[in-house]
Amino acid sequence: MSNDVVKGPDKGMGVHGRRAVSYIVLILISFLCLFWFYVLFINATRSHAELTKGFTPVPSSFLITNLKNVFTGTLPVVRGMLNSLLIAACSAVLCTYFSTMTAYAIHAYDFKLKKFMSTFILAVMMIPAQVTALGFLQLIGKMGLDDSFIPLIVPSIAAPVTYFYMKQYMESALPLSLIEAARIDGSGEFRTFNNIVLPLMKPAIAVQAIFTFVSSWNNYFTPALVLHTDTKKTLPILIAQLRSADFLKFDMGQVYAMIAFSIFPVIVVYLLLSKYIVGGVAVGAVKG
Amino acid sequence: MNNSKGKVVRYNKWGYIFLIPFIVVYVVFQLIPLVSTIYNSFFENYRSGLTQVGPNFVGLANYAALFSGGKIWIYLKNTMIMWIMGFIPQIVISLLLGAWFSDPSLRLKGQRFFKTVIYLPNLIMASAFAMLFFTLFADTGPINSILMNLGILSSPFKFMSNVWSVRSLVAFMNLLMWFGNTTILLMAGMMGIDTSLFEAAQVDGATSTQIFWRITLPLLRPILLYVMITSLIGGLQMFDVPQILTNGTGQPAETSMTLIMFLNKHLFSKNFGMGGALSVFLFIVTGILSLIVFRINSVGNKD
Repeated sequence: MSNDVVKGPDKGMGVHGRRAVSYIVLILISFLCLFWFYVLFINATRSHAELTKGFTPVPSSFLITNLKNVFTGTLPVVRGMLNSLLIAACSAVLCTYFSTMTAYAIHAYDFKLKKFMSTFILAVMMIPAQVTALGFLQLIGKMGLDDSFIPLIVPSIAAPVTYFYMKQYMESALPLSLIEAARIDGSGEFRTFNNIVLPLMKPAIAVQAIFTFVSSWNNYFTPALVLHTDTKKTLPILIAQLRSADFLKFDMGQVYAMIAFSIFPVIVVYLLLSKYIVGGVAVGAVKG
Repeated sequence: MNNSKGKVVRYNKWGYIFLIPFIVVYVVFQLIPLVSTIYNSFFENYRSGLTQVGPNFVGLANYAALFSGGKIWIYLKNTMIMWIMGFIPQIVISLLLGAWFSDPSLRLKGQRFFKTVIYLPNLIMASAFAMLFFTLFADTGPINSILMNLGILSSPFKFMSNVWSVRSLVAFMNLLMWFGNTTILLMAGMMGIDTSLFEAAQVDGATSTQIFWRITLPLLRPILLYVMITSLIGGLQMFDVPQILTNGTGQPAETSMTLIMFLNKHLFSKNFGMGGALSVFLFIVTGILSLIVFRINSVGNKD
């Protein structure tokens, strides 16, 4: 039996062969991932006239001109980026702080509704924002929050997925004896949370802050329904407007420059932080 | 903890206090909207030109109109087709890459680099990514230009006017954006498998192909199921990519129109009755799927 296996059809390929195949496939896949961004970069550096002549693989010298045109164009792109930054940063801060607090409540205390609450949060974890969007829009209309940033920021306080990650992390990184010791030293519960628990949770908070930031930064569905004033719009809404504008009349160099402007900052930040991000996904996965 | 009950009880009110922000925000921004969405689905409430119709209670009429109109089934079919077209290659590639990354005998170099690259598209703004593909695959865009220079095409291919090329583009973008995430999830699952099982199999003379099919795959079944259902829930929410790619039209002839694009239309035109009925339908479907995920997770937590 075992002899048969060793001499089987695909077994002629030893470790070297398999390694070669996997490198080739990996390089091919990496190419498929990066190719689009390469073309984007090249085209963002070329003028409209050059772009109409067809694709060339070498960059040209119009990047600055194109970006200047984007900034002075009809779409308030810089304003859009600042709006996106503000909303995403506030969401990340609120989401991580309060999700840690929620996780701490479930992790460190024993109370009657504890089991119910932790089950409830898990149960509602997968409900997408889209199915409640209708009631959400009506509600913020009644609250006078239509066309404001608040309904895009405050709801991130209740983030079941972030809570779940924080709770998993606490189980391995936050011993209850530490909290007990803080109590004996006379630290109040709220102070213990801010001064002892939060610093210990820093790695988890960093990972989740990045994820919350990115998902808020990329969010299109809700902001497009909430924001109406041009100066309040976020980048994804402006991208959608660019798409619906009459395409052929546009300066293509400008179109590419604007897409590059919304994509490349995230790529740069990602490359700087990739170690934490990729690791963070895996940590969540082992537990999930 | 139990031996110091008296002291602990005094502290335990803080459990409730720390839960207040979550509960208040959840109730206000999710639970009340959910209830009012369901409530709205029983009312006729829309604008026709300048006149506002309703809200009048109509019972289940919105649901009847939604399901008898037939459009919802077309959009559900579109959504599912594009999800499957993206998901099958995604799971195959992710399993393959996960197996390679976690196989100690291969000792692949540059794993950090490859993992970084394959996860990259996941963080890209979906709307900007779709806009990028729209310009790249435009009739006069660079892809047509490259294909013509290589002699593969003699005249530009109209990617945006063909049913299957638009669906393929959407599926391909979803594939690119999600396979890195799936790879990392599956890899974490593979690393969690007891290595003595692999060693025992190797001693018995099993090849890596056999190990993959007979040991890795069966043991991965819970994680695979989890990945599949969460991807299906994500697939039902498919919106940004087809919306931006087709400018909300689902062209050609609404063959790439998804359920959420349909919902978005109702929300923009303020047809709250129909929008409500559609939301409830989506809520029930995702609810059933979530329940399955919840079951998988709670089984996983027990061991």
